[in-house]
Amino acid sequence: MLSLNNVSKSFGGVKAVDKCSFEVKENTITSLIGPNGAGKTTIFNIISGLTKADSGTIRLSDRNIADLAPYKIAKAGISRTFQLTKVFRNMSIKDNLLIAKNANDNDIKKILESVYLHKPLETLASELSYGQQRLLELARSLLMPHSLLMLDEPTAGVNPEIRRELKLILRSLKKNGKTVLLIEHDMEFVMGISDVVIVLNEGKVLKEGKPKDIVKDKKVLEAYLGK
Amino acid sequence: MIHEYLISILTFISIYSIIVLSLNVVIGFTGLINLGHIVFVGIGAYASAILALNGVPWYISIFAAGILASVFGAAIAAITSRLKGDYLAMVTLGLVFIAVAVSRNWISLTRGALGLPGIPDIIKNNFHYMIFTMAISALSVFLFYRLTNSETGKIFQAIRDNEVAASVLGKNTYFYKIISMAASTFFAGIAGSLLAHHLNFVDPTIFELDFIVTMLVMLIAGGLASITGSVVGVFILYALSESIRFIVVNPSIVGAFREMVFAVVLILILIFRPRGMFGKVDI
Ligand SMILES: Nc1ncnc2c1ncn2[C@@H]1O[C@H](COP(=O)(O)OP(=O)(O)OP(=O)(O)O)[C@@H](O)[C@H]1O
Ligand SMILES: [Mg+2]
Repeated sequence: MLSLNNVSKSFGGVKAVDKCSFEVKENTITSLIGPNGAGKTTIFNIISGLTKADSGTIRLSDRNIADLAPYKIAKAGISRTFQLTKVFRNMSIKDNLLIAKNANDNDIKKILESVYLHKPLETLASELSYGQQRLLELARSLLMPHSLLMLDEPTAGVNPEIRRELKLILRSLKKNGKTVLLIEHDMEFVMGISDVVIVLNEGKVLKEGKPKDIVKDKKVLEAYLGK
Repeated sequence: MIHEYLISILTFISIYSIIVLSLNVVIGFTGLINLGHIVFVGIGAYASAILALNGVPWYISIFAAGILASVFGAAIAAITSRLKGDYLAMVTLGLVFIAVAVSRNWISLTRGALGLPGIPDIIKNNFHYMIFTMAISALSVFLFYRLTNSETGKIFQAIRDNEVAASVLGKNTYFYKIISMAASTFFAGIAGSLLAHHLNFVDPTIFELDFIVTMLVMLIAGGLASITGSVVGVFILYALSESIRFIVVNPSIVGAFREMVFAVVLILILIFRPRGMFGKVDI
């Protein structure tokens, strides 16, 4: 449903993304992994239109989205979270969620329960802990109508219990026909849930395959452990 | 006499409330640091004055003032949409200098530094004019309350808190910033018109910096993103400013003293109560 073809992006001299091509198949959970600075977040930003690629094409179900404004890409069905949480600080939990979708109180409570965020709806986002803010952002991305969900390190900074819960949420999303693209450093999490794993190193796709093939790959181990 | 004095104060408070409220919509609710708000008040004042002096009835000139200011406001928002925070502040402050230059030098339209005297009253009776400005002020409170609590108003606040997040949630932030500025500057233009018809005179000093500072101190004292705050802020600071007349005996230093008091109030607020009296967000 989503395919990148020869996408490149440099920041000054740094080739953050270098002729990157891969595909995210409909109704799968696909994970992007790779060392720090490999270009994972940059790829997310390019897909969601926040960063314009220097070259290459991006197709969402046969529609070229590379030149669309971020809000149009969102409306085309891509929802995402950020590595550095971006909640609306001075707005209540409820209002944060209402920006994503005009939902009723019942739906809002349901979505908050599903991410284990137990706080009064009128609580300001700035009054939440960092982990709770991540959960709020996750809830917001889930509520936002989408066909593809992109999560940038969703397990970072949340407790192990919620990590397990997140797995269940992702599995049920898949069951409901959704597609997920995930950036994640927690290998156990990635290997346990992904259909496809894409390994990125220095902006290039190093390896793509099923989790069990990835863990055995020598190049991947080298990229992670250093030569 | 006291009566006339009170009427005059309440008229100014009503007009200032409209200016500060509309400024709050862009700065407090949408997070656009617009330091050139007074330019739109001035555009409204001049537009209304020129039309009225050419025989256009007030109910058309006041409306035209709002529309013209709003068109300029929307255009400025469109042009500056990529600028953030400090940069937007600098550019909008630059507008003030452009406005001063234009109003001083486009003699055929503005008569330059001489200004435009003889702008007709909307209502002859001062008490009735006070009621009229109060009604428009109340109407703007009502409309801004509705706007800021609407879905559109929530999107303004989302843009203020995190524009990138608003955009990936499918909100056309460019469009909403223009709407915010257009709504705000429409009322700035109306306020300018009310001011011109009240003073029966307008000249380039309307763009003077101390007027801008006064509006900003009122806004910050009342509190960002609070409708109540803006009205109360204008009330208290206007009263404070007027009371200086009675404390300071020498009339020649009243102006300077007032500016000093405002500066001190601003510093005290920033140190002890950065959200002002009713503010919902930090400066
Ligand atoms: N806005 C930017 N300006 C300049 N350089 C950037 C910018 N964004 C990313 N980079 C650079 O691009 C490279 C890839 O960064 P990116 O954030 O995509 O990595 P990542 O794979 O997400 O890393 P991590 O796992 O640490 O989050 C890095 O070298 C980074 O310094
Ligand atoms: Mg990253």
